[in-house]
Amino acid sequence: MKPSDVANPDYFHKVVDCQWACPAHTPVPQYIRLIAAGRYGDAYLVNWRSNVFPGILGRVCDRPCEPACRRGRIDEEPVAICRLKRVAADFKEDIRDRLPVAPPQNNGKRIACIGGGPASLTVARDLAVAGYQVTVFDNAKSAGGMMRSQIPKFRLPEAVIDEEVDYILKLGVELKNDHWVNSLKDVLAESWDAIFVGTGAPRGRDADVPGRLEAASHIHVGIEWLASVAFGHVKSIAPRVIVLGGGNTAMDCCRTAKRLGGIDVKVVVRSGFEEMKASPWEKEDALHEGIEIHNFLVPKAFLHNGGKLSAVSFEKVRAEYDAKGRRNLVPTGEPDVVMECDEVLVAIGQENSFPWIERDIGIEFDKWGMPVLDATTLQSTQPRVFFGGDSALGPKNIITAVAQGHDAAISIDLFCQGKDVARRPAPMVTLVSQKMGIHEWSYDNQVSEEDRHRVPMRPLELALKDLRTELELGFDPKLAYQEAERCLNCDVETVFIGKNCIECDACVDICPTECITFTANGEEDDLRGRLKAPSRNIDQDLYVSEALKTSRVMVKDEDVCLHCGMCAERCPTGAWDMQRFLLETAQVTGSAA
Amino acid sequence: MTYLAKPKLLRPDTPVNALGYTRRDYEGAISTLCAGCGHDSISAAVVQACFDLDIQPHRVAKLSGIGCSSKTPDYFLGASHGFNSVHGRMPSVLTGAALANRDLIYLGISGDGDSASIGIGQFAHVMRRGVNMTYIVENNGVYGLTKGQFSATADKGSKSKRGVENTDSPVDLVALALQLGATYVARSFSGDKAQLVPLIKGALLHRGAAFIDVISPCVTFNNHAGSTKSYDYVREHNEVLNRLDVLMPRQAITADYPPGSVSEIRQHDGSTLRLRKLAEDYEPNDRVGAMSHLQAHAERGEIVTGLLYVDPQASDLHEHLNTVAQPLNTLGADRLCPGSAALDKLNAALR
Repeated sequence: MKPSDVANPDYFHKVVDCQWACPAHTPVPQYIRLIAAGRYGDAYLVNWRSNVFPGILGRVCDRPCEPACRRGRIDEEPVAICRLKRVAADFKEDIRDRLPVAPPQNNGKRIACIGGGPASLTVARDLAVAGYQVTVFDNAKSAGGMMRSQIPKFRLPEAVIDEEVDYILKLGVELKNDHWVNSLKDVLAESWDAIFVGTGAPRGRDADVPGRLEAASHIHVGIEWLASVAFGHVKSIAPRVIVLGGGNTAMDCCRTAKRLGGIDVKVVVRSGFEEMKASPWEKEDALHEGIEIHNFLVPKAFLHNGGKLSAVSFEKVRAEYDAKGRRNLVPTGEPDVVMECDEVLVAIGQENSFPWIERDIGIEFDKWGMPVLDATTLQSTQPRVFFGGDSALGPKNIITAVAQGHDAAISIDLFCQGKDVARRPAPMVTLVSQKMGIHEWSYDNQVSEEDRHRVPMRPLELALKDLRTELELGFDPKLAYQEAERCLNCDVETVFIGKNCIECDACVDICPTECITFTANGEEDDLRGRLKAPSRNIDQDLYVSEALKTSRVMVKDEDVCLHCGMCAERCPTGAWDMQRFLLETAQVTGSAA
Repeated sequence: MTYLAKPKLLRPDTPVNALGYTRRDYEGAISTLCAGCGHDSISAAVVQACFDLDIQPHRVAKLSGIGCSSKTPDYFLGASHGFNSVHGRMPSVLTGAALANRDLIYLGISGDGDSASIGIGQFAHVMRRGVNMTYIVENNGVYGLTKGQFSATADKGSKSKRGVENTDSPVDLVALALQLGATYVARSFSGDKAQLVPLIKGALLHRGAAFIDVISPCVTFNNHAGSTKSYDYVREHNEVLNRLDVLMPRQAITADYPPGSVSEIRQHDGSTLRLRKLAEDYEPNDRVGAMSHLQAHAERGEIVTGLLYVDPQASDLHEHLNTVAQPLNTLGADRLCPGSAALDKLNAALR
C-alpha cells in the first residue's frame, strides 16, 4: 500500500467517526471534553456553530454519530453523544452576548427563505451574520417548521425551540409568519438576489385500502394529526388506537396517542422489528410506555359499521430475500389477523410536494417529482433558486437539513458574489501535539471502563398524564461528567513520524487493542490478513507509514484504537505523538460585504 | 514510563487460546522500564509464547535476580508464581524450587550483570546440572540501573554512550552454556519476535537446561553509534541460522517447504521443532560444531542467532538424581524424613 496521506484532512477526519458521520461534522469529542471540564457554554457554542440547534438536537437528533461511535465497536454501547449535547444546552450560562451579530451595514443583498424549518433557519443564520438581509416565509405562527409541528412536546418542549429560533431571528432575520407562498413564479419576480426553498416533505402518505374513504373520520394521516395536536386542534383520542407504520413518526404518533387518552395503543408494521425504520431508542421508548408493536402484518382493509371504524384486518407475511439481497414480503397463507380499534393513525411515510412551484420557470423536476439539484451546491436548474432540507434530496432528518442549510448558504454567498458555486471553501484544520510531559497529556487519556449511563426519566405515571411534560430529565452534571469520560477522544490522533522510528516494538507491545504491526508492505487485503490482530472492518482505514529502516512499514488498524496514547508514551524517540485534530467545516465568510 | 494501567477494554474479536484465556490474561503489571527498552519486547514474547502453548499461568514459576532484566517478571504472567532473589543467586533458588516441585514450569529471567558478573558461578552450575528450566538472559551489555557502565558481556572495542572504549574481553554466555552442558541453546534479538517467540516456546517444552541469550538494546545507555548492542548494529550484523516453528503434539505436520531445507526434531513431550535452515551446513545437533561456528562468526563481529544446539533426548537433574516421580513437596514429612530409627539402622550398617 502507499503511505497514508495524512496531510489530506479527510484521513484524520475519518478517524473521528462521530464527526465524520455527522452530516454537519460537529466536532463531537471537542465539545464532550468541554462538558467534562464543566465548560457548558463553550460546549454549546461549539455545537451552535456546527448544528445551530444544540438544545433541540440534544433531544431529538437522529444521531448518526452514535452508531458510528468507536466505543460501540469495543464496548457494548456507544457514548450517549446526543444526550451530552443536551447537557451543554441545559447547563450553559447566558451565552447571548457571545453569539455573533450582523454587521452594522448590510451588504445590500436580499435573500428569501421559503419555509421556516431547520434548513431555512440555518441559511438565514449563516447569511445574516455575513451581512445579508434575509426574510423567512412560513405559514405557521412561529418559525421552527416540523420541529414545532411534528415532534411531540414531551420530547421537545416549546421553550427550547423558542430559544434557539430566537437566537437566529435576533440576528436581524425578518420572519413573515402566517404567510403562505403559493407561487414561486411570483417570488422570482420580486427582486431577491437568491431564493432558498426549505419547505420540507409536507405530505403524509396514505393507506389506500378498502374502507379508507368510508371510515375517513376515524383515520388520520400521522404528520397532519401530530401537527393538529401540536397546535391544540386535537386534544383527545379514542381508547383503542392502531398506528400503521414503523418509522419515527409512527413512534411519535403512538406515544402521543397514549397521552391523549389512548389506552390500548398498538403499532402495526409490515416489516420485522429489526428492519423497522424507527431508531432503536425510539422503539425502546414506545415499548417502555406500554405500547405493543406487531410485525409482519400488511393492512388489508378498514372494517366499519356504516362509517364507524371497528377494526383493521391484516395479512400475515414473512420476509424472503432474493439473490440480490432484496426483501420481498410474501403472504404466509395463514388466516388474516383482525384487530379491533376506534381510531387509526397512518404513519407510513412522507412525500415531497411542490404544487406551488410552476413547471415553466426553469426549475427541472425528475420523474419522482423532485427538483433536479447539484448534490453539493444544492443549486437548482434555475441558478437563483437553491434547495435544502427534506425538500431537496428527500426526507431525512433535522441534522441533515442543517448541514444542507450550511451548504446552500455557502452556495448563495458565492452566487451573490458572482463566483463559481462549485468551488467550495476548504475546512479549517488544526493538528496540535497534546504532549505536556513524559506521561502527561493535555487530554484525559485514561480510558473509562464504565457502561453507558441511562438518562434519568420522569416516572411514567406522571409523564403519561400530560402531553407537555418532558419524559426525559436529562443527565445531571455528575452523570454528564461520567458519560463524557467514556469518550475515547478519537480526535486526539496517533500521528506517526517514520523517520524517528527505531523499530523497537514498544508501541506494538503496549497497545491494549493490538492495533499496531510492523511488517513487510503488501496490498491492502494481504496486509489486513497479516496484522497482529484480525482486521475485518474494511470501512476503517489502515494507517500505513513510508518504508522504515528495515524496509518494513508500520501498519495501524484504526478500527479499535482507544486513543489512550500508550504507544506515544512508550515510544523512546517521539515517532508517535498524540495530536488533537480539529476540523471546522467552512461556513459563509461574509467577504461579500 | 506509564502511570496508567492498560485499559481493560478488549477488542470484540480478541483471540482466546484453548484454555479460554486472552493474551492479556498472561500480562502482568504495567512496565516501569524506560520507553523502548528491549526487555519489554521480551516480556511480550514470553506472554505470546505462554498464550500459544495454552500454559496454565499457575503452573509457571518465574524467578529472577537483580537488575532491569530481573524486574521484568513483574510485567508478565501476573497470575504465576514469582521469586525475586538476591543478585546473581536466582539459579540456586530455581534449582531448589525445581527439586522440591518438579511439576512446575521454571522460567529464570536474568541479565548480563546478574548472570555474567556477580552470578557467573551460579550460572555455570545450574547449566552443568541440567536443571529442567528455561533460562533467559536479557543481554544489553550495560548496567542500566547504575547509569550505563559496561557489563561483562560488552564487546571489546565497543564504545560507551560517552565515547569511552571497552578494553575488557567479553563473556559469551551462549559459548559458556554450550560448554557447560546446556541441552537447548539459542540466541535471539528483542527486536525480532518472529524469531524469539518460537525459541521461547521450544525452550519451555524442552526437558533439561534451556538457555536463551536475547540481545536487548538499552535505549537509554546503549543504543548509540559505537555500541554493538544497539537496534541498528544488531540488525546489521545478525546472522540468522534458522527459523524455528514449534508444533504441538496434536498439530498435524504438513510440510510445505522444499526438501532438504527443513529438519524436524521431536522432543520428549511429543512436540516437534521444525527448523528452516538459513545457513548452509549448519546442524543444530552438533555441540562442538556450534561452538566453533559461534567463535568464527564472533571473530568477524557477527551475531549468530537462532537455535544453536538442541539435544532432544536430554535428561535433567531429577533423572540424574533418580528422584521419585512425585514432587517432593507433596510427599509428606513421614516419607521425606524416615525418622531416627531408620537413621540408626543406616548408621549401624556403616559401622
